[in-house]
Amino acid sequence: MLYAILCYNDESAAWSWSKDEEDACMARLAVVQEKLATQGKLGPVARLMPTTAATTLRKDREPPLVIDGPFAETKEQLLGFYVVDCASLDEALDVARDLAKANPGGAYEIRPLAVFRPGDVAG
Amino acid sequence: MSDLAWIDAALTSARPQAVGALLRYFRDLDTAEEAFQNACLRALKAWPQNGPPRDAAAWLIMVGRNTGIDAARRAKKQAPLPPEALISDLGDVEDAVVERLDGAHYRDDILRLLFICCHPDLPPAQQVAVALRIVSGLSVQQIARAFVVGESAMEQRITRAKARIAGAGVPFEAPGPVERVERLSSVARMVYLIFNEGYSANAGEARARSPLCGEAIRLARLLLKLYPAEPEIMGLVALMLLQHARAAARLDAGGEIVLLDDQDRALWDRELIAEGLALIDKAMRHARPGPYQVQAAIAALHDRAERPEDTDWPQIDRLYAHLEVMQPSPIITLNRAVAVDKVRGPEAALAMVEPLAERLSGYFYFHGVRGALLLELGRTEDARIAFNRAIALANTPAEAAHIRLQLDRLMAGASGP
Repeated sequence: MLYAILCYNDESAAWSWSKDEEDACMARLAVVQEKLATQGKLGPVARLMPTTAATTLRKDREPPLVIDGPFAETKEQLLGFYVVDCASLDEALDVARDLAKANPGGAYEIRPLAVFRPGDVAG
Repeated sequence: MSDLAWIDAALTSARPQAVGALLRYFRDLDTAEEAFQNACLRALKAWPQNGPPRDAAAWLIMVGRNTGIDAARRAKKQAPLPPEALISDLGDVEDAVVERLDGAHYRDDILRLLFICCHPDLPPAQQVAVALRIVSGLSVQQIARAFVVGESAMEQRITRAKARIAGAGVPFEAPGPVERVERLSSVARMVYLIFNEGYSANAGEARARSPLCGEAIRLARLLLKLYPAEPEIMGLVALMLLQHARAAARLDAGGEIVLLDDQDRALWDRELIAEGLALIDKAMRHARPGPYQVQAAIAALHDRAERPEDTDWPQIDRLYAHLEVMQPSPIITLNRAVAVDKVRGPEAALAMVEPLAERLSGYFYFHGVRGALLLELGRTEDARIAFNRAIALANTPAEAAHIRLQLDRLMAGASGP
């Protein structure tokens, strides 16, 4: 089963990190990702730009309305996601726990994928 | 990241909102800052055990309010009653949460806190110092280090600036739409000042000052979160991201400043550039250009060029022409002349530069540019005089060294066949 691990945290707190803190965190995450990759469990990984770079298209009207900013004003924002291949929810939770140890604070939403098309855009 | 580092980041990010709200309750900056300090101390005790609260700012505002009230009660026993306004504004703690949901209050609180630092009587350096202390919460020691001055001198500077702000009276009423726009533009200017304090640092000081750039970007992103549809705020954030992206290439191993043409472009931060470009893209959609957007667009053209010779100078020339109309200034014309030189040659550029002589005669960069143009035109003696003026006016050893290099080339050329 494929699961998306959606990463939520307060982005303004993340902006308060020093470069050193951020580098250290990224290095710890790389270790976890490396392990998943060698097990063949790691799908696409994405880190999103801050919500200030976001634009929202409200399509519940015609013509759709373009709004600056994210879809929802929330305390925690969607900062990125992983797609992982796990045998069970328990295993996906274990993966999320490993990632959480490398990057504490905020929350992961573990959400099974209904459809997955890997696509072929280059990163 | 350790628990403590995480709490530290949460406190830092909550600070503008929390101090802004506490300032509204207590109507006194010192009381608000002290209440915030006390709330932080409690957070450091409570959060490692209970985990951080979902809404750190709301928690800090509530706790800060309570400790502020306690302090006022204690003071009451020794001092006359505080003014009525101080007490009557303090409702039940519950409504702190209700107010938290009121986005307008929250925006105005942060804007007010930034705005009081922009008092026109304060010289720019003091505006920046006091904003770093009050809004960003940097310690006096950190600010002193960034300004490369002694701690006690900085302490004095900040105390004086705060006294001036208090004497001027803080505008507590919610601003009207026109006032809000005016405040926002003063604040944007001040945030860019913070950035420039970090960016235009001279060699030797550059490393100590560079955290100011990061702090300015953080504040500008905060502004953009509060005003997500303001194209000039998008432009401001983009401008700083696109300039800061070059930070790693701007200093050589000896800490000397490396000029744009000589920078190792592989060291530029692609992530920051991508974000800056995304923001300009967003801003352009509004078709309401302004000086920050145009400057960001110029920075973007430099950042997009993989090699100096790939730079789109005709477009930079056009953008500077827009900027000259929006914000007439001899410095902008001088910058435009550099682009004109690349597009239309040194004669056209020199014709643009000569009329600036009176206003820019004390400006290093004017003589440097003029000298380079004269040299291109083969007027070596005039060029030599201009370069010598530039060296005499150089602010940093790197600036002087760069001109000397040109002079050396000139002399080598003159003594050649």
